[in-house]
Amino acid sequence: MPDLSTNCAGIRSPNPFWLASAPPTNSGPQIERAFDAGWGGAVWKTLGSPIQNVSSRFGGLDVRGVQAAGFNNIELITDRPLASNFREIYECKKKYPKHAVIVSLMVETREEWKDIIKRSIDAGADGLELNFGCPHGMCERGMGSAVGQEPRVNQEITSWAVEYSTVPVLVKLTPNVADILPHGRAAQRGGAHGVSLINTIKSIIGVDIDKMVPYPRVGGMSTNGGYCGAAVKPIAMHMVAALARDEEFKIPISGIGGISNWRDAVEFILLGSTSVQVCTEVMLRGFRVVEDMIEGLEDYMRTHGFETIDSMVGKAVPNYSEWGDLDLNYETVAKIDPEKCIGCHMCVTACQDGAHQCIHPPASVVATAGPPKPGQPPLSIFSKTQTPPGAGGHLRVPVIDESECVGCNLCKIVCPVPDCISMVQVENGFAPSTWNEHVSEGKALRPKKGSH
Amino acid sequence: MTQRLPEDRSESVFADYKGELTRDQAVVEANRCLYCTDAPCVRACPTSIEIPQFIRKIATGNVRGSAKTIFESNVLGMSCARVCPVEVLCVGDCVYNHQGQPPIQIGKLQRYATDRAFEEGWKFFEAGADTGKSVGLVGAGPASLAAAHELRRAGHRCTIYEKRAHIGGLNTTGVAPYKMRADRSLDEVEWILSIGGIDVQTGVTIGEGLSLADLEAKHDAVFFGAGLGADSRMGLPGEDLPGVIGAVDWIERMKLGKVPSDARHAVVVGGGNTAIDAVREALGVLSPQGSASGGASSVTMLYRGTEAKMSGYQHEWKAAKLEHAKAEWQALPLAFEGDGKVERIRCQRLDADKKPIPGSDFTIPADLVLVAIGQSKLGDMLKGLDGIRIEGGRVATDASGFTGRAKWFAGGDCRNGGKEVVNAAAEGKAAALAIDLFLRGGSRA
Repeated sequence: MPDLSTNCAGIRSPNPFWLASAPPTNSGPQIERAFDAGWGGAVWKTLGSPIQNVSSRFGGLDVRGVQAAGFNNIELITDRPLASNFREIYECKKKYPKHAVIVSLMVETREEWKDIIKRSIDAGADGLELNFGCPHGMCERGMGSAVGQEPRVNQEITSWAVEYSTVPVLVKLTPNVADILPHGRAAQRGGAHGVSLINTIKSIIGVDIDKMVPYPRVGGMSTNGGYCGAAVKPIAMHMVAALARDEEFKIPISGIGGISNWRDAVEFILLGSTSVQVCTEVMLRGFRVVEDMIEGLEDYMRTHGFETIDSMVGKAVPNYSEWGDLDLNYETVAKIDPEKCIGCHMCVTACQDGAHQCIHPPASVVATAGPPKPGQPPLSIFSKTQTPPGAGGHLRVPVIDESECVGCNLCKIVCPVPDCISMVQVENGFAPSTWNEHVSEGKALRPKKGSH
Repeated sequence: MTQRLPEDRSESVFADYKGELTRDQAVVEANRCLYCTDAPCVRACPTSIEIPQFIRKIATGNVRGSAKTIFESNVLGMSCARVCPVEVLCVGDCVYNHQGQPPIQIGKLQRYATDRAFEEGWKFFEAGADTGKSVGLVGAGPASLAAAHELRRAGHRCTIYEKRAHIGGLNTTGVAPYKMRADRSLDEVEWILSIGGIDVQTGVTIGEGLSLADLEAKHDAVFFGAGLGADSRMGLPGEDLPGVIGAVDWIERMKLGKVPSDARHAVVVGGGNTAIDAVREALGVLSPQGSASGGASSVTMLYRGTEAKMSGYQHEWKAAKLEHAKAEWQALPLAFEGDGKVERIRCQRLDADKKPIPGSDFTIPADLVLVAIGQSKLGDMLKGLDGIRIEGGRVATDASGFTGRAKWFAGGDCRNGGKEVVNAAAEGKAAALAIDLFLRGGSRA
């Protein structure tokens, strides 16, 4: 049985699944219910000088019928009295001593940091997370991402916190920077025990096209919000991996950004995260999603021979390199499994309009299509090729001209049938050669495809 | 021009069999569509509606554009959405069928967009600049309406001659009311005629008020879309007894007015789609909703062949069976018997080759007999016009609908022998394009 228990920068939890600092961690009763559902830890919604929030705070990005593939918010830090928060932290820790309660903090002056850190630790915090990431509202007041975007300020405030804290300190980084490395390194220089990233991305989630006001609408106005949800996962993973493979950067990472299920969690761990934090999926589907996350991660670890989380962390990092180190002689072409193909020709259009024009309708289809329409490839390319019948006996299985296929994956990405299109390696007789090797050592490159 | 129907009609007892989609249902279903390229559903549609395109427009909320896409290909898109046998056309060819997934409900989505267009009063077409040419069209059914609409877009004036009082052809008088009622067909007629410049003269029978020669002399081109004629007769003893009636005739009476609903044992003779329609309609009229299972009345299909080989659509017969239709398979009527009105049918059993089995005579009770063995062909109306060939009662044409005689074109049931509304719409439109070419001096002068 794999061991899911986690030690991220000295903060221990029964599993790596933490709730991120956000609306789901706004109060003790919420967090207690989350722990009952199976969450291993929770980062308390950011404490500071309580604010007043606006009405209408969230917006969703729908894609072809899927609701909230992306999400944004303009909610600020806690609006509840600090005393209530600290009392609930105390009660929560008393009931759940083995779960991790990390308190997110955002204040301005050194004195305020000293005071709020002491009160947090007195209440029972297992760790602190410094909110240097919030990209809306608080940054206008010189906090949040305004700190996270300035490595010097980041380092200084981090060093105050570390000085006053007796528990581990995580610095939460903003993605609203050109390069994440200086910011992660600044936190490390300030003495942080770990970093968590990413916070949300500056965004406008949509526009009310009748009222001509962006969303989320506050009366007749709106403002930029923090973008999150499944759609930001690729950006988050890039930043996590960039730090994980930085030789100078040594401290643990708590990964955040679009994690919606156990697969996402596995990806973040393989790219260097020791724990993972989730918010949007919980806002959309509730605390109970953690059950599948735990089971899926456990099953993955069992089937892949991992006994501990630590043994998994960063396993994909060495396989992430610069473009110049990729083997230019590695060649794949698309293959269609005719027995699975349903004849939709989505791959044909994707290849013709969006890629390299190497997938064609079979001769049987073209021959019955009437006069050629604009853009329809000439019959001669594939008139000698007859494909076998597809699923259900249709005669629409497309033909792939492998001599032109660049192996781009687009057809596989649009195909609605799982495993119908596969990308198969071609033995072309060329020894591996990267661009860097080609330039420095003159190694031979295979002939280009699709470039005429 | 369009004559109003009485409110109280026998067909009013029927509810929509397939029902309409709400906006939410339509959007969810539209988002399932894969947006295939060179889509099989489009190929399966006689009018080649760009189905994936109109469905995508529903998904994005561009319902106006969706309706426009449909009507561009088929101006009868509203009625076709209801009456098309989509199971054997577009929906039957949806690629999802190959994946074991439910196919897209194309008919219902088409109905959603086109109903919305009617509701909102969206109009997409304008008559073209007047060309000074005029076209005479025989019959006011789907073929002529589709042709006339297309001809008006090209700027040719149109006159439709219709022998009935009502416009719309079988869409008005023959479509099963659980698919579409007559008043809805008249809504469509009005919508199509709103392009302007289409003069419909009802109550005109070719050969009586107006001769073929008049027609030819009066117009620069003629489109023959007369459809089919009266129900075929069986030529059996007792066929003239009260209670024995042609199915198409009975359906028309049921749709436009009231038919008696007191029969106890209705029998429909035939195994085609008209027969199945008549069975389901008789079930509704004789055993109104709520008593379908128990109604005191029975409705029986009497067919020479077997259930597996009947010519009607299997999906329609399945629906009829769910409504408690009965059947006598491999049975041949010999005579209709009764005292002053039909009371029973004397029949004979047939073997697998439809040969009579000696000594197998039997009788079944029947106080209403609907004969659905086909309709007469009207091609012979054109007999005597040199250059026009009549084949088995049908008007022979090339693919565009040209008959071989200058000026004369044909489409719809009189040309194809009796197919779907969508076939008539396609043939009418194709002929209109050929007529336009002809009138502009392109060819076939």
